[in-house]
Amino acid sequence: MALQDLCGFKDSFLNSRWNLPASHPVEYLSESPIQFVIAAADTRSSCNGLVACPASQKILPVHSHLVGTTSGTSADCALWKRILSRELRLYQLRHGRRLSTAGAAKLLAHMLHPFKGTELCVAATLCGWDGGEQENISKMGNETDDLAKTSESDSISQAEARGRNPCPSPAMSRQHCSAGGKQLVRSGPSLYYVCSDGTRLQGALFSVGSGSPYAYSVLDGGVRWGLTVEEAISLAREAVYRATHRDAYSGNCVDVYHITSHGWTRRDREELREEYYREKERERGKVKERREKQEGVEDGQSSGRKK
Amino acid sequence: MEYLIGIQGQDFVLVAADNVAAHSIVKMKQDQDKMFKLSDKILLLCVGEAGDTVQFAEYIQKNIQLYKMRNGYELSPTAAANFTRKNLADYLRSRTPYHVNLLLAGFDETDGPGLYYMDHLSALAKAPFAAHGHGAYLTLSILDRYYRPDLTRDEAMDLLKKCIEELNHRFILNLPSFSVRLIDKDGTHDPEKLIPVGAK
Repeated sequence: MALQDLCGFKDSFLNSRWNLPASHPVEYLSESPIQFVIAAADTRSSCNGLVACPASQKILPVHSHLVGTTSGTSADCALWKRILSRELRLYQLRHGRRLSTAGAAKLLAHMLHPFKGTELCVAATLCGWDGGEQENISKMGNETDDLAKTSESDSISQAEARGRNPCPSPAMSRQHCSAGGKQLVRSGPSLYYVCSDGTRLQGALFSVGSGSPYAYSVLDGGVRWGLTVEEAISLAREAVYRATHRDAYSGNCVDVYHITSHGWTRRDREELREEYYREKERERGKVKERREKQEGVEDGQSSGRKK
Repeated sequence: MEYLIGIQGQDFVLVAADNVAAHSIVKMKQDQDKMFKLSDKILLLCVGEAGDTVQFAEYIQKNIQLYKMRNGYELSPTAAANFTRKNLADYLRSRTPYHVNLLLAGFDETDGPGLYYMDHLSALAKAPFAAHGHGAYLTLSILDRYYRPDLTRDEAMDLLKKCIEELNHRFILNLPSFSVRLIDKDGTHDPEKLIPVGAK
């Protein structure tokens, strides 16, 4: 990434592109004991400066425990999400278990790589819960999962962790033994960012799209480990709201998805216009309150002087 | 905007890379590891265009491992460096060149430590010290001034810290932390993650 790219703002939110639903999906993981992933996105699809669709869906479920947010060209995103769903379903049928989010992200990144340099524009985040099927297996299985959780995610130490872990007692069922010995599925929430230029990043917090810088600033100020689900959802909604306020290509409504070990659940779509009016009301209320308090103080002072 | 540095000592190679994964003006990730382990005693540090880095580095990594599986022994650092360069050169004049800049650091039983500098035009040079990125303009003269071929591990670490302090002082971009690794006859070690004072 040369300095000239920075100054030229290549690939950035300032360029207008054909049929670009410039959204800013917002996701983050929680490290608290209550683990979850929240994904939030706006619903505006724009095309050449006009709003092509004010009620589009930018968060597309891939399977019961994986949800993908889309940003970039909406047609490309919709197509590649479907292709990814197909490939993940085939994997599940062939191998008897779901592919992890990391694997799904890698698959998507490799599928998009041949199109690097073309007009294809997909910036997706995959938010999912891994390893749900392991819960059925007995306690020995959980120990190996815990070991997987503590290993770090960089390429070097992950390979070492896999090599070191032996298969648990031979009395276990064959299915579990093969899962334990061959590959450790890191169980829990997982968040990956995949882009059509080939980037694939694992993280705890991502904001993508034209309104992403506006959302980042709100998120960075509010996010901390130990957030409850309600706090996280309200922070995500606030971030999307602020971004839709400032960014022309984002707006209309906000969708919030909540992913846990039981799968994804979706909140009702909320109109952000209502949020704007509610905020104006709150501000008016606060200004009035402050003015009344000021007047009350002045009255007290003047009555004191009279005495 | 990314930075790599390598310093070869008497019987070790010290390498460091920054940890920022950026997209336009935003730091998307602040703990990205840009070092790829090719074998127990060979590390490949890779920076450059967004997707090309990981794709190319993992391609080389898997091929080196395949060589080991097929032939029963590992490639030496020199061979690995030349293999990497050949791949870069082959793709250079294709429709899809890899725009990556690399440092390959390794320890050979017979030849000792080695640091190889490769760039996106598939140049290859064995060098006692090397750096990539805009930060290289600021730190190469520090390396020129203080480098000696018989550096001990502590002296090399101090030299690395000098370079990073200079970046912190003069480089326009904030690089908050650096991953550092050391390769010697016992393999790869992780001494510490360097976080310059004053950086957030």
